[in-house]
Amino acid sequence: MNEPIIELKGLTKSYGSVRAVDQLDLTIYKGEIFGLLGPNGAGKTTSILMMLGLTEPTAGTAYVCGKNATRNPIAVKKKVGYLPDNVGFYDSMTALENLSFIARLNGHAPLDAEKKAISMLEQVGLSNDIHKKTGAYSRGMKQRLGLADVLIKDPEVVILDEPTLGIDPSGVSEFLALIKQLSRQQGLTVLLSSHHLQQVQRVCDRVGIFVGGKLLVEGNIDTLARNLLNKEGYTTSVSLQEVYQDTQLFESALYHLEGVRTVAVRGDVIETVCDRDMTPEIVRTLVNNGADIVAVHKKDYALDDIYEKYFENNKTENYTHEKSDRLFGKSLFRKRKSNV
Amino acid sequence: MKNPIGYLGNRFLGKEKATSEKKIEPMAPINVLINKEVAAHIRSWRFIVLIVLVVLTFVASLYVSSGNLRSAFGNPQDPDKSFLYLKLLTTTDNSIPPFHVFLNFLAPLLGIALGFDAVNAEQNGGTLTRLMAQPIYRDNLLFAKFAGPMILVSTLFTSLVLLMLGGGLISTGVRIEPQEVIRIAGFVVISLIYVGFWLSLSIFLSIKFRQSATSALTAIGIWLFFTVFFPIVINLIVRSFLPNPNYISEQEFLKYNELILNMLRLSPSQLYTDATTTLLSPSVRSLGPITMEQMIGAIPAPLSFRDSLMIVWPQVSGLTAATVVCFALSYFVFMRREVRS
Repeated sequence: MNEPIIELKGLTKSYGSVRAVDQLDLTIYKGEIFGLLGPNGAGKTTSILMMLGLTEPTAGTAYVCGKNATRNPIAVKKKVGYLPDNVGFYDSMTALENLSFIARLNGHAPLDAEKKAISMLEQVGLSNDIHKKTGAYSRGMKQRLGLADVLIKDPEVVILDEPTLGIDPSGVSEFLALIKQLSRQQGLTVLLSSHHLQQVQRVCDRVGIFVGGKLLVEGNIDTLARNLLNKEGYTTSVSLQEVYQDTQLFESALYHLEGVRTVAVRGDVIETVCDRDMTPEIVRTLVNNGADIVAVHKKDYALDDIYEKYFENNKTENYTHEKSDRLFGKSLFRKRKSNV
Repeated sequence: MKNPIGYLGNRFLGKEKATSEKKIEPMAPINVLINKEVAAHIRSWRFIVLIVLVVLTFVASLYVSSGNLRSAFGNPQDPDKSFLYLKLLTTTDNSIPPFHVFLNFLAPLLGIALGFDAVNAEQNGGTLTRLMAQPIYRDNLLFAKFAGPMILVSTLFTSLVLLMLGGGLISTGVRIEPQEVIRIAGFVVISLIYVGFWLSLSIFLSIKFRQSATSALTAIGIWLFFTVFFPIVINLIVRSFLPNPNYISEQEFLKYNELILNMLRLSPSQLYTDATTTLLSPSVRSLGPITMEQMIGAIPAPLSFRDSLMIVWPQVSGLTAATVVCFALSYFVFMRREVRS
């Protein structure tokens, strides 16, 4: 389980002055499902392309299955199945023809390829539409066909770029269950990129949050939540029975406790942020000071909050980036105009 | 043996069974790709339209030439009159041009139509990324894009020409000279190189431009430029510095004439016209002007195939070079290109 299968070291890709991927270090182990999370334009697809040798990194190395993806992409592509974010098929060919074409490209003899394609189509649940032209396939069916297309080469690693984009909710859960099942059955390593948190949360062993070309954190979801709690502080909110006129008393009492960072009173709710989990002490102090408590709520962090928190930190930064881009665009335009 | 297809099919399957024990060799990726290209083109409406177009012009020009064959064959002034099958390809009563002139227009159309969306359609359809994620070399894909249409076009031309030869044999009963066969084969080869030039140019444009409409339009623009505007432009340029022909010596006049011709030969269609005309009319001795001194003592007689080929060798190598340059350019652009949909 702890054998690294994808190793990225200092991977960087610049487009002109813009850094799409910045010093990415990432190790993914054999047999795990790793979720690469990030907003649009964070550099997820670029990183994936570099892992497959489809684009050259500006700096750094990408090793997949022990092979250098930049220098030896063919060896990597033999072992890695890649499902691009908007996968396309030859519309004038049937699903079976599309699949057996890919199988033949991967070194299967023609008859063999057809048999293999049929069994793959059955595996992803498309056995009724084998001879249908892919032009008539729905988005969800195409995604399943894409999965069959990835699995037909018996890969060791499967890379799925936004696999759930544009499928309806029930289709998404079916699709993810299929991925999870296949990964467990065949010991596949899966790298999943997405900006949908809930979905990723459901299937991934580990996630990495990727914003502005940088991997901010990686680890399993519990670890991430704990990290965030340590950073943001533990929040306890206490609801009182009525709105007290004199809340100064409670506030000063709470501030006397060691480890309390901030206390905020909003109507009948007192919210406290502390360095560690101090819920019992807070409650005791308040009771001793004569407050009537009706509810105590300790805030937990879900992936959503984690994600939002990290995005928020970067939003301001991104905004300035965008602005400078626009300025750049404008000046370019002006330049072109003057040339004319 | 009642059903020949079934019989053949059984034979085929039987053979498969026998070899399957030895383990069937998988096809090389390049062959898989070429197979797919050919199959996709054959099934497409585009190719059917092109075939209809080519066959129609071929039949029309053949009809006109066979109507005028008797007079051309009996013309004592013509040193080529004994080459019946070459006459069949070149004779016309000026109502419509002969086939090789038609092909001067049709070949670019064939090349452009079969190549203008070679790469960008795959890219826009999202199939290019999927294809590039397979263990194949990128140049294999490019070569398949070139070889697939070339196989189709060469089959089309060869079968048309063979049909013409067969039809001619049946209707006239005249024996075909070996030299004619070689010349007609040479004509087919040069036409293929010409189609190849436009095909590789349009493949290059299809890599360069993301929209297939843009690349088609650009390719047609280049074609129009060379067939319509290029001679006009050359004319304008030369006229601006050409002295009055009345005041210069004959030598100088010839020199200017040669210059104009050489500039016209920058256009691939001019090269093609030169090459096919020379190959199909054995009596053509020179593509430039000939002085009276050179003509004195010359007997108007057909040249041998080798001599005709010598005359057009620069044209043929020029066309081949242009094709190779276009292909190399597309290779250069495509090899290190980032592939994303």
